[in-house]
Amino acid sequence: MKEYFVLASKNLKKRGIRSALTLLGIFVGIAAVVSLISLGNTLKATINSQFDNISPDIISVQAGGISGVGAPGTGVSNPLTESDAEAIERIGSVEFAVPRSIETIMAEFNDKVSFLSVGSLPDSYRIDDIYRQQSIEAASGRLLRANERGRIIIGANLASGKNNGFEKDLKVGDELLVKGQEFLVTGIIEKKGSFIVDNAVYMNERQLKDLNNLGEEVDVITVKAKSVELVEITKQEIEKLLRERRDVKIGEEDFEVSTSESILASVNQILMGVQIFIIIIASMSIVVGAIGIANTMTTSVLERRKEIGTMKAVGARNEDIFYQFFVEAGLLGFVGGLIGVLLGEGISYLGTFVLNQAIGISTKTNISWVLILGSLAGSFLIGAVSGIIPAMKAAKENPVEAIRG
Amino acid sequence: MEEKKGIIVLKDVKKYYLLGLTEVKAVDGISLTIRQGDFVAIMGPSGSGKSTAINLVGSLDVPTKGEIYLDGHNISHLSESDLAQIRGRKIGFIFQQFNLIRNLTAKENVMLPMIFQGTDELERQQKAEELLKIVELGHRMNHYPSELSGGEQQRVAIARALANDPEVILADEPTGNLDTKTGEKVMEFLNKFNNEGKTIVMVTHAPDLALKYADKIYWLKDGKIDKVTKKTNNQWKEVKE
Repeated sequence: MKEYFVLASKNLKKRGIRSALTLLGIFVGIAAVVSLISLGNTLKATINSQFDNISPDIISVQAGGISGVGAPGTGVSNPLTESDAEAIERIGSVEFAVPRSIETIMAEFNDKVSFLSVGSLPDSYRIDDIYRQQSIEAASGRLLRANERGRIIIGANLASGKNNGFEKDLKVGDELLVKGQEFLVTGIIEKKGSFIVDNAVYMNERQLKDLNNLGEEVDVITVKAKSVELVEITKQEIEKLLRERRDVKIGEEDFEVSTSESILASVNQILMGVQIFIIIIASMSIVVGAIGIANTMTTSVLERRKEIGTMKAVGARNEDIFYQFFVEAGLLGFVGGLIGVLLGEGISYLGTFVLNQAIGISTKTNISWVLILGSLAGSFLIGAVSGIIPAMKAAKENPVEAIRG
Repeated sequence: MEEKKGIIVLKDVKKYYLLGLTEVKAVDGISLTIRQGDFVAIMGPSGSGKSTAINLVGSLDVPTKGEIYLDGHNISHLSESDLAQIRGRKIGFIFQQFNLIRNLTAKENVMLPMIFQGTDELERQQKAEELLKIVELGHRMNHYPSELSGGEQQRVAIARALANDPEVILADEPTGNLDTKTGEKVMEFLNKFNNEGKTIVMVTHAPDLALKYADKIYWLKDGKIDKVTKKTNNQWKEVKE
């Protein structure tokens, strides 16, 4: 058996350019599969880790569903109001319901303008609950207290001049100019590895509403259930309450009540869908690669008829010839797979690096040995299977005719 | 003189081909016995069936009718793989166009027939080196066929034909692609191996080579044996097969 591999690898090496071109077909496909699955897994791990920062007893309520354009809850025709929040808080299993707003503001600093996403913090003792459930702590300066005005706290990524758009680091004590008003950076939040918190600006609720002339309406109502066990029932209670208040039937809700678990599940479902789609596309490229191998091997059999005849004359049995070509095709697939896996992992590293740079997190590439070994074994198999018909053709050659070439 | 053992025996062997709708009688009833140590030449004009005859003798081809015995065994009805196995062990081939595997070095080409007989690697190496030294190519062992001259390639082919220590060497126009001088050298090697006991069967166009080296000539015509001549005491006489 070893001899087949030695002979096959010599043959492939001698056919340098053609082997390389044939490999191209396979390794593009394998590289696509490996990099996309690997990146997908990394993305999934990243997103899942974002949810670790949210405690499981939190329910968030938005109008219009999560697929709306813009920041959560914004730009919907029938927004939630502060009185919705008060009504939800009266539900027995609810510990608190805090209305929150998310606005994009234009801020000036260092003679530069940047658009920042601002979240509101309640002007009541609930502010500490919000800090606690999002594990927000001050890295420098201090956090905001209820009813403060003219002050903001910022996420860790925004402190850096590279990310905040001002081309200058923000420190505690710096002042941003928003709509002619000065805002004092009161604290910088400890880096959390959460995309949302690390890139956010926080301001007191009333201050934000006054600044943007917002009325009763709110973007998100953050609800805490009295215990994790009560989350599901609370979610149903809120849905029932809001259906009544907004006068909609079951199945026609113009609002969304989501728990961190349900968001996670739907995100994972979307990711899975994307991965399956990508794998289907990449598989097509592998099929094309397999056809390439079959094509190369068929041509090779035709070109090497004389060689096949000679081998038979010096004692090669039909199965010897078959295995020779079979192994050669398999090796083509395997080498293609090997390059594909290396390339795919490389792309996946690069992708993770770009992802980390873009949204300011630090995830690691997810290396799956099952994926790598599976790809290698799979590509040998694909090659070998593509080689079966040409190899059978070679094995069946009549030695007398074959020897004439 | 003691009658030597018949290594290859053909009994009324016929080989017919269908060429389109016409039946071509390439070999039409040949009976012959090749004995151990013979140096036999097969001669005849183009289309006389020489090549088909040597293919049948070498068990590369199976007869349409008739029986072929190799070393006492009837091989007329063996499967292709069994035939290959026996052929690899008992017969060494030399072709007009050398037929070396171009992706393999001289040494690897010589090792090839031994692979199919399951010889272990170390023995293959030693045997190949030994044979290449005999054909005076010890210094060219790791060269590829494209780096060798025609004469050198044919000598590699001779070494390859001897790899499994076969009883018979079949040479189909072994000097057909060589100039006279290199051709002579190839013939000298064949002669040497014949003197050492190998049976040689050679198809050739060149009567001078046949007359010089062979000790028996089958003259073919239209797929049949036209006459058989034999050399005794440097005199050629027509004999009955």
